[in-house]
Amino acid sequence: MSLQTLTYIVVGLSFALYIGIAIWSRAHNTGDFYIAGKSVSPLANGMATAADWMSAASFISMAGLIAFLGYDASVYLMGWTGGYVLLALLLAPYLRKFGKFTVPEFIAERYYSKTARIVAVICLIFISFTYVAGQMRGVGIVFSRFLEVEVTIGLLIGMGVVFVYAVLGGMKGITYTQVAQYCVLIFAYTVPAVFIAIQLTGNPIPQVAFGSEVAGSGTVLLDKLDDIVTSLGFDQYTSGTKSRIDVFCITMALMVGTAGLPHVIVRFFTVPRVRDARISAGYALLFIAILYTTAPAVGSMARYNLLETIQPGEVGAVDGNLAYDERPGWFETWEQTGLVQFDDKNGDGRIQYYNDANPDFESQAADYGWQGNELSVDRDIMVLANPEIAGLPNWVIALVAAGGIAAALSTAAGLLLVISAAVSHDLIKGIVAPHISEKNELLAGRIAAAFAILIAGYLGFDPPGWVAQVVAFAFGLAAASLFPVIFLGIFFKRVNKQGAIAGMLTGLLFTYGYIEYFKGLFLKWAGAPWGDNAAEFWLFGISPEGIGVIGMCLNFIVAISVSYMTAPPPERIQHMVEHIRVPRHFDEEHA
Amino acid sequence: MHSENRLAYWRANLRLVFVCLIIWFTCSYGFGILLVEQLNRIRIGGFQLGFWFAQQGSIYIFVALIFFYAWRMNHIDRKFDVHED
Repeated sequence: MSLQTLTYIVVGLSFALYIGIAIWSRAHNTGDFYIAGKSVSPLANGMATAADWMSAASFISMAGLIAFLGYDASVYLMGWTGGYVLLALLLAPYLRKFGKFTVPEFIAERYYSKTARIVAVICLIFISFTYVAGQMRGVGIVFSRFLEVEVTIGLLIGMGVVFVYAVLGGMKGITYTQVAQYCVLIFAYTVPAVFIAIQLTGNPIPQVAFGSEVAGSGTVLLDKLDDIVTSLGFDQYTSGTKSRIDVFCITMALMVGTAGLPHVIVRFFTVPRVRDARISAGYALLFIAILYTTAPAVGSMARYNLLETIQPGEVGAVDGNLAYDERPGWFETWEQTGLVQFDDKNGDGRIQYYNDANPDFESQAADYGWQGNELSVDRDIMVLANPEIAGLPNWVIALVAAGGIAAALSTAAGLLLVISAAVSHDLIKGIVAPHISEKNELLAGRIAAAFAILIAGYLGFDPPGWVAQVVAFAFGLAAASLFPVIFLGIFFKRVNKQGAIAGMLTGLLFTYGYIEYFKGLFLKWAGAPWGDNAAEFWLFGISPEGIGVIGMCLNFIVAISVSYMTAPPPERIQHMVEHIRVPRHFDEEHA
Repeated sequence: MHSENRLAYWRANLRLVFVCLIIWFTCSYGFGILLVEQLNRIRIGGFQLGFWFAQQGSIYIFVALIFFYAWRMNHIDRKFDVHED
């Protein structure tokens, strides 16, 4: 059976599974639609959170990023896991105790203000659309490579599937689909990793293998990799090039952003009890960690395999480089997508892959007769190409395609649901039409979800950048806008509505403005980015990816100082805060 | 009595959160970022220790921390008799 047929079958079966689950668990009322009737077990919620959380960026892009950035990519590994500690310790249990439907609803009640609710909805929509644009590009990449359909058609198919199960099933449908998607994606991620680990080192556990000796060489894989990359003029794999303050800030922005992402927070509204919310965050991170500790192994092994393929012999020797005519099959298939490109600059018919931007390596390269780097490899293909590079059987490749699609769809569905809940519950029910019937609110939620899918699809056709980077911005925005006011709402009774509104707006506008200025996000039509994105122009040397930390600090400072300059919140709010801080009432209160 | 109890419960909670966050900060920002070069001189198996903390160790510790926190909080809840059924 050809790879393409096999991929169609595997992906088709996974779609049938998702839609079947959605029909079985469809939502009957708004409680089901928004928070799955608060009936999800902590373990199932942990799995659903993991799938919700691990997006196309985690599945497709991250190992590729690690492969090319080495130590510098640690910001993503620590940043996208450490946030769960903040979430479990500082937010999830209290928000579960609050026990309503959405994040803006908490902000509205805690800050007794419809304005605060509208500002929170704006932050939420902003963050979620930035994030969903990245997912749609992920779906497009997988479809165009594995199913060999136009990216447009691929996107439409993806949108259609999400449409069925998000609109029909709501949170309840999404939760159980995500449990299935987690199983598909984690299996698809770890199986090739184990195979490759065995091939390279003989050790089946990827987490250990990349610190083990390469079979038959007596040298540790990471050391060997350091030798090869430096001999080709690249930076050492195990040490970084980013400035320390930037690494620090990006990690912090990603962590705090994780804890402030509405589609993640809302998952903890779906469990029955406060203690379930705590342990569920632990399960979620455990399931996430399985992929996140495998990714650095996959990254280093993929880089090693790629370099060994291109540079099988001694660096500088005439026959040290792979001849173009002898290139392997995977190289050819990826060339057709344009994601691998070869340009024979010195006309010797062999592939030279090295760092031609390194001035110290220039004269050496010239001695070898090299006239510039001849190979460009898109980072996003590393995970997808890995099974082919390692020569794994076709069913593994088909599985990886299904896994990539599962990762993108599960995250997209979670995001679309919080967007629709923000529209139907926060804007329509909360502000425009408070007396709307439950049936009509449910209908409004479904219509909003449908519209959100259309906008997400549109953003997928013209995505503002590559997957992981776009997603990184959503974190900066979440860190700077939502996290501080939710945290202060629980831990500082004195913070009032004026403080919260001023804080959110300051954090959001500052961070968004900085990103738009240096990178361009939504205003490309108006000529963005306007600034030169280079370290010497950055504020305190912090890149747009890490600037959310400064936005967060501004948010805290503004929220607290404005609160102290204005009247304290009313007494009922103080009681409400007391109430959410304990899982169950003290007995004296009932007496 | 009841507001004292409430205060004591909240203090116990904050103390636990504080201890956990110190560990959280030390193993990621401390070992993985600020002290990475010093730790890289130490080797654990085939890994340089700082690099290992940045790409593996910190994640294991995060997972352990949340389970530890959930376990301790359940204990505190019971002690102050505010636990759910």
